[in-house]
Amino acid sequence: MARMDLISFKGLRLDGRRANELRQIRCKMGVFSQPDGSAYLEQGNTKVLAAVYGPHEIRGSRSKALHDKALVNCQYSMATFSTGERKRRPRGDRKSQEMSMHLRQAFQAAIRVEVYPRSQIDIFVEVLQADGGNYCACVNAATLALVDAGIPMTEYVVACTASLANGDVPLVDVSNLEENSGGPNLTVAALPLSGQVALMEMSQRFHLDHLPKVVECALQGCRDIHQILDQAVRRHTEMSGSALGWGNRAQVDL
Amino acid sequence: MYNRGFRCDGRMRLDYRPMEVETDVVSHASGSARLRLANTDILVGVKTEIDTPYPERPREGKIEFFVDCSANATPAFEGRGGEELGTEISNSLATAYQSSQTFDLTALCILPGQQCWKLYIDILILECGGNLFDAVSLAVKAALHNTRVPKVKGACLDGGTVDLQLSDDPYDCCRLDVSDAPCLVTLCKIGDHCVVDPTAEEETCSSGSVVIAITEKSLVTSVFKTGVGSFHPQTLIDILKVGQTIGLSVNKALRAALLEEEQQGRKKECFGFLK
Repeated sequence: MARMDLISFKGLRLDGRRANELRQIRCKMGVFSQPDGSAYLEQGNTKVLAAVYGPHEIRGSRSKALHDKALVNCQYSMATFSTGERKRRPRGDRKSQEMSMHLRQAFQAAIRVEVYPRSQIDIFVEVLQADGGNYCACVNAATLALVDAGIPMTEYVVACTASLANGDVPLVDVSNLEENSGGPNLTVAALPLSGQVALMEMSQRFHLDHLPKVVECALQGCRDIHQILDQAVRRHTEMSGSALGWGNRAQVDL
Repeated sequence: MYNRGFRCDGRMRLDYRPMEVETDVVSHASGSARLRLANTDILVGVKTEIDTPYPERPREGKIEFFVDCSANATPAFEGRGGEELGTEISNSLATAYQSSQTFDLTALCILPGQQCWKLYIDILILECGGNLFDAVSLAVKAALHNTRVPKVKGACLDGGTVDLQLSDDPYDCCRLDVSDAPCLVTLCKIGDHCVVDPTAEEETCSSGSVVIAITEKSLVTSVFKTGVGSFHPQTLIDILKVGQTIGLSVNKALRAALLEEEQQGRKKECFGFLK
C-alpha cells in the first residue's frame, strides 16, 4: 500500500490542519431528559452521545456491591451505520468490550467513588459516526455527561490521540485516514490540571527516542480540549442557571 | 377525565405531541433522519450495498430492518437487554413494508437475476418516551426519502462475475419513491376509549393497543395487536376507522415537513443533536 504523506512539505495534514491543531469540537450538555446526565460531542466528523445513570442501587447480583465504593459500569456501543462499512453488531464484540474496559479504567481514576458506597454509576456511550479518535471523543463526551449528572469527580478526564509523521513530526488528534495509513497511534486519557495519566495505549512502532515528545503532544492536546470542555460547562451552567433565576449574573462567581 | 376526552398533559384523545424531524444527520450513511416526538428520540441510518437478488424474485432489490435499542434510553437495554423489543419492532416494520404496493423493490434492481441493491435500514432508539412504533415508522420514511442511491455507470462481465462501475460524482444519484411508504399508527386502549400517541405512563396503564400500518393512499398494509388485554370485535372495527383518518393526516404532515426541509436546499443549517 502506498503510504500517503501525513504531513505535506508546507506543514499541512491531509485535512488541512497543522501538526498541532485539534479538529473542531462542538458539544451540548443535557441532550436527553431521561438519563441523569447526557452529552453530545463532535470532534471533527466523529459524533458521540453519552448518557449517565446514577448513582443508583446495584442492578443484578447484589454480591457485586462494594462496601466502601460505587461500582462504575461502562458500555461502549457503535451504531451499525457509524463506520464506512456497515457494522453487523453494535456491541458485544471484543473491540467494544475492550473499549468499555478502558473507559472504566479512565473514569475510575477520577470519579469520587468513595462518596457512594454500595451503589452503581452507569456510563453508556454510543458512537453515531466514527472518523478516528472514537475512544477520545467517548471519554470527553462521558466527562461532560458526568458533569451534567452532578457526579463528583476530582477532575475532568480528557483524552487525545497523537501520532508521528515522516518519522519525527508529532501530530495531535488523528483522523481515521491518518490512523489507517499505517503510522503509530498513541491514545492518552489524562487528568489535565494535575498532569496525571489515567490510560495510555500505543500501537504500531516508533523509536523510543520519539516517545516523550509524542506523549507531550498528546498531553498538550488534552490540556487544550480541557479548556474547550470547561468553557462549554460554564456556558451550560450559566444558561440553565439564568433560566432558573439564580440571581444577578454579576454576582455569580464562576 | 378520560371520559371527557382530556389526557394528563392536556391533549385531546386524538392529538399527537409535537414532532421534529431532521434529515441528513449522519454523513457516512446513504440517508439518515432523526425524529423527536416529545421524549422519544429515534435516529435512522440507511446504508446501500450491492447484493444478489433472491432466485424467486430476480427483478427485485432487498430491504432489511435492524432495530438497536441503545442503553442511553434506559439501563435495562444494556448488553442484550433491548433485543426482544428491537426484534418486535423490526418484524413489524418488515411486515408493513412487505406489500409490493408500498415500496417498489424493482427500483433497486441493477441486473435482473445477478445484482441488486440491498438497503440496510438501521434504527437506533435513543430515548423511549412512549409510542415507539409510530416514531420509528416516521423516521424510517424520512430516512428513505433522504437516501441517495449511487447510479451505476457501467457493467462488465468478467468470466461469469459482474463488475459494476459506480458513478464517481457524489451528487449523481437517484432518490427513492416513498410516497407509498406506510406509517404505523398506535391506538392505545385505556378504559373504554382509545387514544393516539400514548406517553410512557399511558402505555403502562393501558390494557392493549392496536397498531395499523397505513399509506398515504389509505391502504392498510398490516394490523396487529400488542399488549395483554383483549378487544371486542366492534371496538376493533371502530379503532381501525379512527386509525385510518389519523394515518392519512400524519402521512401528509410528514410529507409537507420533508418537502419544506428540502426546499431550503443548501441554505439549510445542520443542527443534529446540537439544538
